[in-house]
Amino acid sequence: MAGSTPASLTGKGSDPLAPLAPRHYGPWREAWRRFRRHKLAFLGAVLLLLIIGAVVFGPWLWKVPINEIDFAAKLKTPSWSHPLGTDDLGQDLLARMIYGGRISIAVGLAAMAIAIFFGTLVGAVAGYSRGSIDAGLMWLTDLFLSLPQLPLLLLIIYLFRDSLKSIVGPEMGVFILIVVVIGGFRWMPVARLVRAQFLSLREKEFVEAARALGAKPIRVVTRHILPNALGPVIVAGTIDVAAAIIAESTLSFLGLGFPPDIPTWGRLLFDAKDYLDFAPHYALFPGIAIFLTVLSINYLGDGLRDALDPRRVL
Amino acid sequence: MGKYLLRRLLIAIPSLIGISIVLFTVLALAPGDPFEELATNPNVPPEVRENLRKQFGLDDPIPVRYTRWVTSMAKGDWGFSFASRVDVDKLIKGRLPTTLIIIGSSQLLALLIAIPIGVIAATRPYSIFDQVANTFAFIGFSLPTFFTGILFILFFSIYLDWLPFVYRADIAETGWRFYWEHLKQSIMPVAVLGLFQGASWTRYVRSAVLDVIRLDYVTTARSKGLSEKVVVIKHALRNALIPVVTLVALQMPTIFGGAIVTEQIFRVPGIGSLLISAILANDTPVIMAVTFVFACLVIFFNLLADVLYGWLDPRIAYR
Repeated sequence: MAGSTPASLTGKGSDPLAPLAPRHYGPWREAWRRFRRHKLAFLGAVLLLLIIGAVVFGPWLWKVPINEIDFAAKLKTPSWSHPLGTDDLGQDLLARMIYGGRISIAVGLAAMAIAIFFGTLVGAVAGYSRGSIDAGLMWLTDLFLSLPQLPLLLLIIYLFRDSLKSIVGPEMGVFILIVVVIGGFRWMPVARLVRAQFLSLREKEFVEAARALGAKPIRVVTRHILPNALGPVIVAGTIDVAAAIIAESTLSFLGLGFPPDIPTWGRLLFDAKDYLDFAPHYALFPGIAIFLTVLSINYLGDGLRDALDPRRVL
Repeated sequence: MGKYLLRRLLIAIPSLIGISIVLFTVLALAPGDPFEELATNPNVPPEVRENLRKQFGLDDPIPVRYTRWVTSMAKGDWGFSFASRVDVDKLIKGRLPTTLIIIGSSQLLALLIAIPIGVIAATRPYSIFDQVANTFAFIGFSLPTFFTGILFILFFSIYLDWLPFVYRADIAETGWRFYWEHLKQSIMPVAVLGLFQGASWTRYVRSAVLDVIRLDYVTTARSKGLSEKVVVIKHALRNALIPVVTLVALQMPTIFGGAIVTEQIFRVPGIGSLLISAILANDTPVIMAVTFVFACLVIFFNLLADVLYGWLDPRIAYR
C-alpha cells in the first residue's frame, strides 16, 4: 500500500541501502530523531517557544503598564519609547500584545486540554464498549460535527455571558466560558481518532494477554490501549491549540469575546480595524502575532505527525 | 440513485431534529427571559406581564415548549424581529441570497485553486513546485480570515485604491456598470474565503492523489498506453476525490464561520452580518433563526456531498 507516503518532505539524507543501525532507540527518542529531521517543524517549535517565552517573561523585561493612556502619543508608529507603536488611546502596543498573547495562548492550551479530555473519554468509551453505546456516542459525535460552530459559539456566549460574569468576575467568567465552549466544540475529531485506534488495538494480542492475566477493563484501557493510541491524539491536540487560538481571536475580532479592557490579539485587531488607513501598524502587529503562532503550531503538528506515525520507517 | 438519495434524506432528518434540540436546550438553559425588557419597564404592570407569559406559554414544561417552537418553525412562522420590526423569515429571505452567492463563488474559487495545484503537486512529490505549493498552503490556512481581510483592505483598498472595502447593496448604476460594481465589491470577500479554503483543500487533494497514484490500477491504466493526462484525471483523480469530499463536507461548519467573519469585515449584507448585529442588539428571534438556518445549510451541504459520493463512486449508491 502507499500508506507509508510521508505527508511532507523529511529524511532526505537517509540512504535505504545503508546497513541497519545496530543501536536501538526507545520510541520517544526515535520520534525525536525523526522530528529533528523535519526542518520546518523544528523551526516552528523554536519560534513557538520564542513566542511563549516572550509572552511569559515579557512583563519582567518590558515594564510599561498596558493601560497607561497618553493622548499625546495616540496612534504613533513604532519608535524607541514604543517599539510597536501605540493604539488609539496612546497605550503601548508591545505591553498590550505581551498581555494579550498570554491570554490567547492560555485559551488555546486550556481549550485543547478540554477537547482532548472529552474526545479521549468519548472515543475510549465508544471504542471499548462497542454495541449500542458506541452507536449512540458516534451519533452524538456526528451531530456535533454538523453543528454550525461559530453561530452556536456566538449564541452561547451571548446567552450566558452576563450571568457567568456576575458569578466569577468579568475576566475569569469570559475566560471560562470561551475555553469551555471552544473546547466543547472541538472534541469530535479526537473522539473519532481515539475510537478508531481502540477498535484496532483492542483486538491485539498484547491487550488480550493483559486481559487474560486478569487486568480490569480500566487498567487495560489506561495502561495498555491508551498509551498506544497517543500518537494521533498528540498531533490532533497540537492542531487544536492553533484552532482554539483562531477561534478566540475570531470571537474577540467580532467584538464578542473578551471585554475591551483585556487586549487579546483578536481584540486588538477588532479595535485596530477602524484606523487602518492612518495606523496600519496597529492592525499588522497583532495580526502577525496570531499568524506566526498559528503557523508555527501547524508546522509543529505536521512534524509530530511524521515523527509519531508508527507506519513510518526511516 | 433515487433510492440512495431518499435514504440519505431520511438520515438527515434525525440530525435536523438533534440540532433543533441542541439549539432549544441552549436557549432554555440560558438565564434571562424574553420579557426582561418589560420587567424593567415601569409602565407595564406585573399582571400584564404574567398574562403575556401565560399567553406565550413561557411557564409550560420544556418538552411542550419545544414541540410548539418546532411546529411554528416548520410552518414558517419564525417570529418577529425586536430590533428591525420585520418578520424574521422576510429578513432572512432578503439576506440569504447574498450569503449563498459569496459562499458559492468562494468555494468555486477554492476548488479551482485546490484541484489543479494539489494534483500537480502529487504527481511530482517533493519537487520544487510541490514544496512551494506546500509552503503556500501552510501559510494560507494559518492566516485567519479576519487578518487576510484586513491585509486585503490595507493593500487593495487603501494602498492601491482599486477595490471598495464596503459592500453596498444599493448601487445606483444600471446595466453593465451595475454588474461591474457588484463584481468589484465581491472580489475581496470571495478571495478571502476562497484562498483560505483553497489552501487547506490543496493539502487534502495532494495527499489523496498521492495515496492512489501508486496503486496497481493506476499502473495498469498507464501500461495500457493511456496518456498521463487521462490516467491522472479520469483514473486517479476521480477516486482521490472521494476522501476529499468527506473532508470538505466535514469542513462545512468552518466555512460558514469564515463567511460570518468575512461578511462582518466587508459589511456584506448577508445572514452572517445579520447574526452579529442581532447579537449586538439582543434580538433573540433573529439569532435563533439565523443559527437554525446555518444548521440547515450545513445539513444541506452534507446531503450534497452524499450525492457527489454517489456520482464519484457508484458502488456507494448501489449498496
